[in-house]
Amino acid sequence: MQLEDARIILHQPAAGGYRRIVFEASEIADQTRPGQFVHLRVPTLPDTALRRPFSICLASEGTIHILYKEVGIGTAALAALPEGTTVSLIGPLGNGFPVPAADALPLLVGGGYGVAPLLFLATSLKRPGILFVGGRTAADILLTDEFTALGWEVQIATEDGSRGTTGLVTTALDTWLDQHGQQPAEWFACGPDGLLRAVGDRAIAHNCRAWLSLDKHMGCGIGACLACVQRLQRPDGSQYLGRVCRDGPIFEAREIVWEEA
Amino acid sequence: MKTPDLTVQLGPLKLANPVMVASGTFGYGAEYADLIDVRRLGAIVVKGIRLNLWEGNRTPRMVEVPGGLINAIGLQGPGVDGFVESYMPFLRTTGVPVIVNIWGTSVAEYGEVAARFDDVPGVAALEINVSCPNVKEGGASFGADPQRMAEVVAAVRRSTRLPLLTKLAPNVPDIRIFARAAEEAGSDILSISNTIPAMVIDIETRRPVLANRVGGLSGSSIHPVAVKLVWEAAQVAHIPIVGMGGIMRPSDAIEFLIAGAAAVAVGTANFIDPTTPLRVIDGIADYLCRHDFPRLADLTGSVKI
Repeated sequence: MQLEDARIILHQPAAGGYRRIVFEASEIADQTRPGQFVHLRVPTLPDTALRRPFSICLASEGTIHILYKEVGIGTAALAALPEGTTVSLIGPLGNGFPVPAADALPLLVGGGYGVAPLLFLATSLKRPGILFVGGRTAADILLTDEFTALGWEVQIATEDGSRGTTGLVTTALDTWLDQHGQQPAEWFACGPDGLLRAVGDRAIAHNCRAWLSLDKHMGCGIGACLACVQRLQRPDGSQYLGRVCRDGPIFEAREIVWEEA
Repeated sequence: MKTPDLTVQLGPLKLANPVMVASGTFGYGAEYADLIDVRRLGAIVVKGIRLNLWEGNRTPRMVEVPGGLINAIGLQGPGVDGFVESYMPFLRTTGVPVIVNIWGTSVAEYGEVAARFDDVPGVAALEINVSCPNVKEGGASFGADPQRMAEVVAAVRRSTRLPLLTKLAPNVPDIRIFARAAEEAGSDILSISNTIPAMVIDIETRRPVLANRVGGLSGSSIHPVAVKLVWEAAQVAHIPIVGMGGIMRPSDAIEFLIAGAAAVAVGTANFIDPTTPLRVIDGIADYLCRHDFPRLADLTGSVKI
């Protein structure tokens, strides 16, 4: 983990209203593992604005890539930054995804831009697996060509039926599990809490490990402020509060104690 | 001009420079060790500790607002034993004075926590937290009444030989009464101030954004409030004051010193730019040079009224 002033060398629209930024950040890029994130200070926001966390969707040859959508004042200000701008990053942060067992089929489940860290994971794995990706509409389905180019099978679900199966991504996952659920697999997921919980429950039912990447509102990003805590349990059943930014963002499904809705 | 003397004597506590990091914004020190040279800090004030492990409030615990943020962490912490075991070994290696922020839900607990730290190697002082707005018992409930606050300070004073800072609440009618009460009860130093109680409502759901409903406001927006509190307290206090509240840049810290603070603490800025405390140290040194102050102490309380 370190502070690095990174230059934006590419900033362009991606599908579905998303945008991609490529940073020249050689020190962070060299240390990054799939599943980690950077905490980014948007230089045009007021100086009291907190940093914003972004999953790293690729780190190679001294650069890191992020994928984001305008959802608030921070990302709107980010979208307006021209190429050549220097931005302060802290990274790489978080624990990253573990390496799956050699005999296990990697099953990736992503919701919306949750596929960003999963693509980085896919590029690092020795064998291709299956990506299940879901979104509200076809516009929320991202990066599938990149997975296909890596030799991955891609299964798509949209809530409005505009692309792939109609329904939630878990519907597509359930159909697949009915036919192939017996083979050894290791699961990795990134997306909203509802998706993660549904994926975790299914993995546990199939006796598989599921590594879930949580997205929780963060303050410092380095484990000091304790804003982004998540209730977790140890193998002996005792519970504690873990820091999503420092102890996570990736936890195995059995570790997470979901709050009752 | 030669390098100005930045050392500061805060009552019984001597610091190499006047820039601390405020409780709750710097974890237990180790979190920042990869990002800045923590050995350069004047002191590290760690997150609030009570006797036993405490989970704090539910999430969401933090919300950004114009000019800062509102937090309702609720003093999550590992308790005295957990802190000493897990965090003191690293803190001792820094060589920086460690100030432990302590709290309790009763006067007796404050005293007990203080007593437990009396013989912990590496602890330089205790900061009595009687002003956290985010816990139902303890914290600000003691800091809102000068007599109750004085009882806490006196109980801690009886329980330890360590230098004591008392962290005063900002939302009181007259800070001078609290400054005097803390001093008379045995406090060696005053920390002024804490976050200001605040609230944000989501107008779509009509629910408070924070799970705790209310929290404490920090950041730039509270800086002028805290400067005024320091200035007022300095007029009646015979003990040194540490100014804190919304320091984002060196000039914010220098304002506190001119208002009457002998030292300062950087808080919320640590979340945004962890280099802030180091920039503040350099900025104060530069200011002393530019204005021909040979010693930091000459700047303290130099406001022209």
